[in-house]
Amino acid sequence: MRFSDMWTVMWKEMKGIQRYKGSRTKSLLGLAIPMAMLGIYLPLQIGRALVEGPWSLLIAVFIPMMMVGMTIPESFAGERERHTLETLLASPLTDRAILFGKVAVSVGYSWGITMMLLLVSLVMVNIIHWDGQVLFYTPIMTLANVALSLLLAILVAGIGVLKSLRAATVQDAQQSLMTATLFPLVLLQMIPLLLLNVVPDGRALLIKLVEAANPTQIILIAMTVFVVSDLGLLMTAVTRFQRARLILD
Amino acid sequence: MTETAILIENITRDFKMVRAVNGLSLEVPSGIIFGFLGPNGAGKTTTINLLLGLLEPTSGRAEVMGFDTCTQANEVRTHSGALLEHPGLYEQLSAEDNLEFYGRIWHMPVNERRDRIKELLTHMGVWERRKERVGTWSKGMKQKLALGRALLHHPPLVFLDEPTAGLDVVAATEVRDDLEALTAREGVTVFLTTHNMAEAERLCEQVAVIRGGELVAIGNPDELRERAGGPGLEILGHGFKDNVLNMLRAHPDVVAAELLNEEHLAIDLREDMDAAPLVNLVVSAGVQVEEVRRSKASLEEVFLTLMEEEK
Repeated sequence: MRFSDMWTVMWKEMKGIQRYKGSRTKSLLGLAIPMAMLGIYLPLQIGRALVEGPWSLLIAVFIPMMMVGMTIPESFAGERERHTLETLLASPLTDRAILFGKVAVSVGYSWGITMMLLLVSLVMVNIIHWDGQVLFYTPIMTLANVALSLLLAILVAGIGVLKSLRAATVQDAQQSLMTATLFPLVLLQMIPLLLLNVVPDGRALLIKLVEAANPTQIILIAMTVFVVSDLGLLMTAVTRFQRARLILD
Repeated sequence: MTETAILIENITRDFKMVRAVNGLSLEVPSGIIFGFLGPNGAGKTTTINLLLGLLEPTSGRAEVMGFDTCTQANEVRTHSGALLEHPGLYEQLSAEDNLEFYGRIWHMPVNERRDRIKELLTHMGVWERRKERVGTWSKGMKQKLALGRALLHHPPLVFLDEPTAGLDVVAATEVRDDLEALTAREGVTVFLTTHNMAEAERLCEQVAVIRGGELVAIGNPDELRERAGGPGLEILGHGFKDNVLNMLRAHPDVVAAELLNEEHLAIDLREDMDAAPLVNLVVSAGVQVEEVRRSKASLEEVFLTLMEEEK
């Protein structure tokens, strides 16, 4: 794979994102809502706890999920739905240049927006609660925000590519991707409920678990799981994203 | 450049239980517009996909510009351009950006790319509209732009899959004119699939007819017309009687003579002969001749005849 080919695909994808829904203005307006909600409203509501506790993970988890969840189906299923895929495949671009160029822009764009929102919310907290000292995220939360959001973006992108290759339309792909990514989160939320309601003496067990939890350990375990999953998903995507398969699909 | 642009040798492609292309063999010389005709589902698009190396044949082989479509598929795609079933344009991007993207794909140097984009858009009369989103353009304009994109990198060969399908008469004529002008100017070989027989007749130096994945006929349009029926004469006038018909039928150069109505006589000839002796014969038999015209089977009639023969 030539890097220049991947860069060509990235150039086109970036143009597409700039012109999403027809104009730059509409694209920027689309960003204004999460910016207002998470960059301004959330710091106003939560205050210092946003930088001192795990709340910033809300931004680091939901923004990549949401942004990649929108851009990957647009990029992959959208090419098929808008009948541009055949012409692209009839060009000398390699399958990998197309795949990685598209994934790189979606992940990079989503991660960039996430970093920007984290920065905006940090600035907001400092403005609102200024006491002569600059507040900053704790080191472990900084690592979690930076690394986990990137790994999560790649994870959702990997699932998104596989879902998009099977979906007939962008909407189908987005729905199916959202279901696939939200399901584990819902399941995760069920664990405390199950402990409380089903397991005998669950409440004590839950408290014990929370007290014993080491945030650094949890974040490192999560990162390891994400790295392994990301690699697995990207390798599967490389196998599936092949001209002959795409034409036949 | 190789003298044979496309060489197909006994190529077959199966999709599960369906045989889309069946033992197809043909040779397309360089520098011509080659028409690939056939009804829906005949295997035209599958053949293009096989030639572009997007699909592998079940058996047989093909070469495009001297490159094997299986082992050198990327070389094939590098040396060809394609306008497939759909224009394949990015509607949210401008016309200029669409061409820019494909110019980058073919690694055209920046200055050459910009000059070429300007040249093509100017030729199509849309240079002033280059910054507009393609989504706002008419279907005909999009198709012209897609044609320009296929020729952008000066490929020696272009594949055009029904380039005028779904266009109104005016748009189709414009696209056809552009196609004719651009291909003549740039000397490219064109592999053109079409349903439109008039289009094939006007543009193509050679045509192949495919049905059910099999080659039914190949040759230049004149040769195919002869296959469907030789040349003919039509005489309009008054006073056609049985003796005139009998006299004509006895003539060694006449295959058949038939009255289409009281004032319209149709004569099928063995070869493209001088009409005067036959007209004299008819006049001397007492017919008042008002009009004489030569008739030839159209490519459409040839096509229909071939389809009937295959049933």
